[in-house]
Amino acid sequence: MPKVTVDGQEIEVPAGATVLQACELAGKEIPRFCYHERLSIAGNCRMCLVEVKPGPPKPQASCALPAADGQEIRTDTPMVKTAREGVMEFLLINHPLDCPICDQGGECDLQDQSVAYGRGGSRYGRENKRAVTEKNMGPLIKTIMTRCIHCTRCVRFSEEIAGVDEIGALYRGEDMQITTYLERAATHELSANVIDLCPVGALTSRPYAFEARPWELKKTLSIDVSDAVGANIRLDSRGREVMRALPRINDDVNEEWLSDKGRYMVDGLTRRRLDKVWIRKSGKLAEASWDQAFKAIAAAKPGKNIAAIAGDLVDCETMFAAKALLGAMGSTLLEGRQTGMDYDVSNMAAVAFNSTFAGIETADAILIVGSHVRWEAALVNARLRKAVKHGAKVFVVGPEWETTYPATFLGEDVGVLGKLPKDVSDAFKGAERPAIILGGAALAKGALAPALAFADKFGLVNDGWNGFNVLHMAASRMGGLMLGYAQAGGIADIAAAKPKVLLSLGADEVDYSAFDGVLKVYIGHHGDKGAHAADIILPAASYAEKDGTYVNTEGRVQYAEKAVFAPGDAREDWTILRALADALGVSVGFDSFADLQGAMFAAVPALGEEGLADLGALPKGDAKAKADGVITYPIKDFYLTNPIARASAVMQQCSAELLHGDDLAEAAE
Amino acid sequence: MSTLTHLIKSYTLWEFLKAHALTLKYFFKPKVTINYPFEKNPISPRFRGEHALRRYPNGEERCIACKLCEAVCPALAITIESEPRDDGSRRTTRYDIDMTKCIYCGFCQEACPVDAIVEGPNFEYATETREELLYDKTKLLANGDKWERAIAANLEADAPYR
Repeated sequence: MPKVTVDGQEIEVPAGATVLQACELAGKEIPRFCYHERLSIAGNCRMCLVEVKPGPPKPQASCALPAADGQEIRTDTPMVKTAREGVMEFLLINHPLDCPICDQGGECDLQDQSVAYGRGGSRYGRENKRAVTEKNMGPLIKTIMTRCIHCTRCVRFSEEIAGVDEIGALYRGEDMQITTYLERAATHELSANVIDLCPVGALTSRPYAFEARPWELKKTLSIDVSDAVGANIRLDSRGREVMRALPRINDDVNEEWLSDKGRYMVDGLTRRRLDKVWIRKSGKLAEASWDQAFKAIAAAKPGKNIAAIAGDLVDCETMFAAKALLGAMGSTLLEGRQTGMDYDVSNMAAVAFNSTFAGIETADAILIVGSHVRWEAALVNARLRKAVKHGAKVFVVGPEWETTYPATFLGEDVGVLGKLPKDVSDAFKGAERPAIILGGAALAKGALAPALAFADKFGLVNDGWNGFNVLHMAASRMGGLMLGYAQAGGIADIAAAKPKVLLSLGADEVDYSAFDGVLKVYIGHHGDKGAHAADIILPAASYAEKDGTYVNTEGRVQYAEKAVFAPGDAREDWTILRALADALGVSVGFDSFADLQGAMFAAVPALGEEGLADLGALPKGDAKAKADGVITYPIKDFYLTNPIARASAVMQQCSAELLHGDDLAEAAE
Repeated sequence: MSTLTHLIKSYTLWEFLKAHALTLKYFFKPKVTINYPFEKNPISPRFRGEHALRRYPNGEERCIACKLCEAVCPALAITIESEPRDDGSRRTTRYDIDMTKCIYCGFCQEACPVDAIVEGPNFEYATETREELLYDKTKLLANGDKWERAIAANLEADAPYR
């Protein structure tokens, strides 16, 4: 632990820390452009200059200088001040003065730092500014490369975090240009994070171009529902519209990244919305009032023949309210696994991501069974890449997909779990922190029991380490399972019970043909498959329009806040279910959201505490358990997995251009 | 003595005469009032009157939707919405000024980096209904076209002091 002095203040810094980190520990702000905590050190912007003794009598780039014992660092001397002013003056020689039309304006590092550390004027006013042509980076990233200051954060992100060589630099010195190779669109699922990384306005968001200014947006803390990772996001809204979603920093979940789907499906929140009550009359949906709809449901006299299916995007409160309603009616027909999966949920630890996302980085042998991790949880894939960089070996059972790290594919049949090749079993025997990741496709083939046997065989659970992981795909899944949204036989049990009324809580992936003759009530927010099949549609709120609790695949309980109001007649889901209880003549025992949450926390105490829920110990595996069948991944199109994304014009465009290779409209220009 | 003076003043209507003399004096003096709708006072080039959105000489609108005027407006009278125009440039799709909220402080024209929004020399825009005072982009651009020469002259006259 070296001891250094920063501006006369003596502090001890961790071994391996840089001078910049030492200054930060001492509470000094060091301006920087190229340095980023999660990327490698480049040291090319020179903004972080400080004075260091002992050393040459000139300013030193603090980001690339290791802190050593006895160093005397000054950040407040005239030399440092003039050095920073000089660097800023150089950077501004070529940077255009187009802040008024730049989308970064108001949240721009260069703007802020030139105010804080720059000179009043420039001595290069008469120099011509360098002009650089725009590059095509696809439908999400807009480029204005004249603004680029060559920090290379985007290049380092795509190489190190995303793991695809999509962005690079051409030419040298002042003529350097950042571009995608051959100007092909950036296609990685995390590619839009370079927009946040860019310290200037060179890479900005294309869908959000010129839409709003940062100072006019209301910021709401929320949780991403596009997958089961539960990335922490901030919804920026203006008036009644969510303008954009940005990642929040949470080292345990999403670090500071967000998948492109979570970031850009928000424009779907204003399209194809259900904003009126509809009732099907002689095969056609007709507008109706809330009263008429409730009367029609009460007229079906469901009694205890009522069932509920939860969709992928619903919050725990909605599911609990529906459960309370069904409980009051005397029914327990609850299910959340829409596609008909029926894996055993008697032990919650057996269906959770036990290693945690941060923990999986430290695994040294990983077997992925039936999960297209890049599409099912892009942020987990970035973690796996980190694990591989630390030396982990990765094996995949399932059809091949493009990994962003070296991985061995072991065939498409899940039966290989019982008879692993020798090199694989050797790798797991020798591993200290072995892990298995079970995807939805594997669960559908009944791989849960053999996976538990695998966990026993290779000692996946040892002191301080639990390597048994199930990677879900739906944001509501873990919450639903904790609230009992599971039948022993899956959705088939619900169909077999022949309910009179089926409440569909935004369930869009269900095969409704099994429910012919049942009064299907769709409580959801988008006119998608579920609404098409429904007999009565009650418009509800999306994740941005209600407070809610979400549990991610790790079993991490997180709370989201309401950003905007739901459009038209749409109401928050729990109020609909509360009103429906009155119409059906039963009492559910809550009259306010606080009451509802209180009742839910009382019923499932784990939901009341933010953070990882204690799911207990892993059950013993059955060594004889077997499964076979060819794995097929459920996600056919990364950008169109949920009703919000399907309604989003941006996601439709991404799907067409990035996955299906339609010509870029922009490239033709 | 004072009683006597008072009596004399009362009986000779002295104060009346004095007042009439004053009236007569002003009757022959030059007038300070003007015949308003037909005559007008000169105004300063810095006069802050009715707003206008200006154009460049080639007809292109100046406003680039930077929203600085909206941000600086202390009365929150300006509302702007923007999106890329077909040619990719940043333009407003909506530029509203609520003239009933506006306090004519002139911050908007000070904030404008392209001299697009200005408060022109016009102060005669009283309307019969309130709604007519909710200006939209078309109205503001029309104002700009109408007053461009006067505005340009004013800006030029004020330029040496900026």
